[in-house]
Amino acid sequence: MANILAVDDSSSMRQMVTFTLKGAGHQVTEAADGQEALNKAKSQQFDLIITDVNMPVMDGITFIKNLRTEVNYKFTPMLMLTTESSSDKKAQGKAAGATGWIVKPFNPDQLLNTVNKVLG
Amino acid sequence: MPIDLEQFHETFFEESFEGLDIMESGLLELEQGEVDLENINTIFRSAHSIKGGSGTFGFTAVADFTHDMETLLDEMRNGERQVTESIVETLLGCVDVLRNMLTAIKDGVEIDTDSVSQLTSALKAHLGQQIETTATNKGADTKESPTKGWVVSFKPEVDIMKTGNDTVRLLRELNSLAEEVQVSVNNDALPSLSEIVPENCYQSWEINLIGGDVSEDDIRDVFAWVDDECELNIVALADEAEYLGPERRDEERRESEPERRTAERRSKSSKPTESSSIRVNISKVDELINMVGELVITQSMLSQFGEDDDFTEMHVERLKDGLAQLESHTRELQESVMRIRMMPISFAFQRFPRLVHDLSSQFDKKIELVMTGETTELDKTVLEKIGDPLVHLVRNSLDHGIESPEKRIEVGKSETGVIELSAFHQGGNIVIQIKDDGAGLNKSKILEKARQNGLVTNDERLSDEQIYDLIFRPGFSTADVVSDVSGRGVGMDVVRRNIRELGGAVEVSSTPGEGSVFTIRLPLTLAILDGQLVGIGNETYILPVISIIESLQVKPENINAVAGNAEVYRLRDEYIPVVRLYQIFGIEPISTELESGLLVVVEAEGKKIAIYVDELLGQQQVVIKSLETNFKKIEGLSGATILGDGTVALIIDIAGLIELYQKDIAGVATPVKGGGIAA
Repeated sequence: MANILAVDDSSSMRQMVTFTLKGAGHQVTEAADGQEALNKAKSQQFDLIITDVNMPVMDGITFIKNLRTEVNYKFTPMLMLTTESSSDKKAQGKAAGATGWIVKPFNPDQLLNTVNKVLG
Repeated sequence: MPIDLEQFHETFFEESFEGLDIMESGLLELEQGEVDLENINTIFRSAHSIKGGSGTFGFTAVADFTHDMETLLDEMRNGERQVTESIVETLLGCVDVLRNMLTAIKDGVEIDTDSVSQLTSALKAHLGQQIETTATNKGADTKESPTKGWVVSFKPEVDIMKTGNDTVRLLRELNSLAEEVQVSVNNDALPSLSEIVPENCYQSWEINLIGGDVSEDDIRDVFAWVDDECELNIVALADEAEYLGPERRDEERRESEPERRTAERRSKSSKPTESSSIRVNISKVDELINMVGELVITQSMLSQFGEDDDFTEMHVERLKDGLAQLESHTRELQESVMRIRMMPISFAFQRFPRLVHDLSSQFDKKIELVMTGETTELDKTVLEKIGDPLVHLVRNSLDHGIESPEKRIEVGKSETGVIELSAFHQGGNIVIQIKDDGAGLNKSKILEKARQNGLVTNDERLSDEQIYDLIFRPGFSTADVVSDVSGRGVGMDVVRRNIRELGGAVEVSSTPGEGSVFTIRLPLTLAILDGQLVGIGNETYILPVISIIESLQVKPENINAVAGNAEVYRLRDEYIPVVRLYQIFGIEPISTELESGLLVVVEAEGKKIAIYVDELLGQQQVVIKSLETNFKKIEGLSGATILGDGTVALIIDIAGLIELYQKDIAGVATPVKGGGIAA
């Protein structure tokens, strides 16, 4: 069971992600923007980061870029939640250090499949 | 275990409506010519969130509609598109359509597809697109070539692990695809031990996937996250076609279909009007926990007395202290709980900039809206219900109050009219004022209209206040032309009724040429009331302390009988109608002689009556229990409460009682049955 950080400015999305992951037995911490997420990630170690891209204060890509420089998060899988079908957000995310992405809209099963895949 | 997405809908709607409000105020700012990138970003984010959420929760119509908005906004924030008035206008229209769509979905009613397609075309027109038939169909272009298997050669870059990707995971995933998998690893690039950087990846692999009906896309999907970080070659194995057909895919599709339908089905049972959840600031909750802590301490202190066998005088003193503490803690706890329901009035005010914007262009008037006291807090229920009356009053000020720019210049005023919306505390009430600097109410026109409608007889003489008050009477409207905005006939009387239902009152004052002020008074909360207990016969009734002007012993010489069975009492220079409560509620009083009881003079909406009661019993805060939910609505009563001794007492609705009395005098009403229900 993994310790997961879920970041999204939309509380309904956060609720859905948290509910789904907790249902699968994971431990989930929520954050509403990149800055809050960064603070939380520095105060405890997460096994997986799932983050929205468009957020106020600090967007998901900047957050990933920042967190990836932390020595504790060098290899931690970080997934972006993105509605962007255009490849440039994905490319930007990858360049910032994102592991991969989950394309919105997704259902709980798709989320779990991807998470299980990443956590192995 | 399928997860029921419906449980997140409430939150989704709540945040979406908030998002729409944010978009709206952002767009209004844009329209005033302030093109600020952060603002456009915020608008974009809101649209983006609504799109993401609606897609996830199965509201595809909303997601599709938002898509074009998002595209347009994206171009705006990237500087690819100029912000023009017409774009802003279209986007504002989109906000309305979205709001309607979401409301319709929430309430389980049909979406108004006309407005949706209208705005969709407007958006497409801006985007320079034709109405597209279908979205690009991903995956349809690659044809499924029947193959026995695949040879995948995978050569990752050395840095692949640094994005959290794990080659083992990729291999494991490939393994799960096919029936048989053969892997060979190439370690040629592996440096000598001393040169190895453990964070790098030096290997490459060749994988044979055999059987299992794997398509090239399936394999590409596995490598989707890393396709820019590796060399990937996928070659079909020599084909001795053993084509299994696309059954598997069909099956998947069949599975997901009912799920989507469940999500699309809206809960019909949910009540459309109010949202049932509330967002509470964490500090309010902490306060509550604090208070409960205090209560627990007091309780444990008091419980010690039960353990002591010998009870001395000293104990009595401490018991008294404890009880006093208990009382103050209970009161504080009560106040804290009340505060949880309190929300800033800005929630009701925020729609007005848009409303005023739209209406002033519609009427060709120039209006400046000034809002003050937006942080004044109000009970959530009151807040939700005060919105419509406020809209009506603001519309009214805009339509009837403020003059046209030409007219204003003519009378020497500034071209731009001002509507002031303010909220503040006064006594135990919240006061909301809508003030305009227009022409003021036209007394003679009101009077003329009232006479036409038979609301006033020709020889009746009325004070200014009484004349102004006529506009709140049912069936009254002075608008010569019934406009779209006001003057629909349902007007001020509905406003007054709605406000009265909230336990509040509305008044108007006006100065010719200078404008009018509508003042709404609302109770802080609907749940608790400062009550004066009065006894009539064996019954106890409660009068709201706030409506009481004075209580007095009757002097027989001041009683005058007037036409029919009506009585008035002369109090100083005023004649006040006497209402014998026992008659209205049909109960047996201790005495029917006015001299042996008391008169309580009460006022509501500028009208006074003297209520005859047998005795005054005391004042206390009472918790209001609704009669409608437990029994039925009774005219003249606003609710019931349970007294300290466990009996039920009915709470008098003064304004309602006055109306009841007036009907009674006019011989219209029959006495209320069941008014004297005992506990």
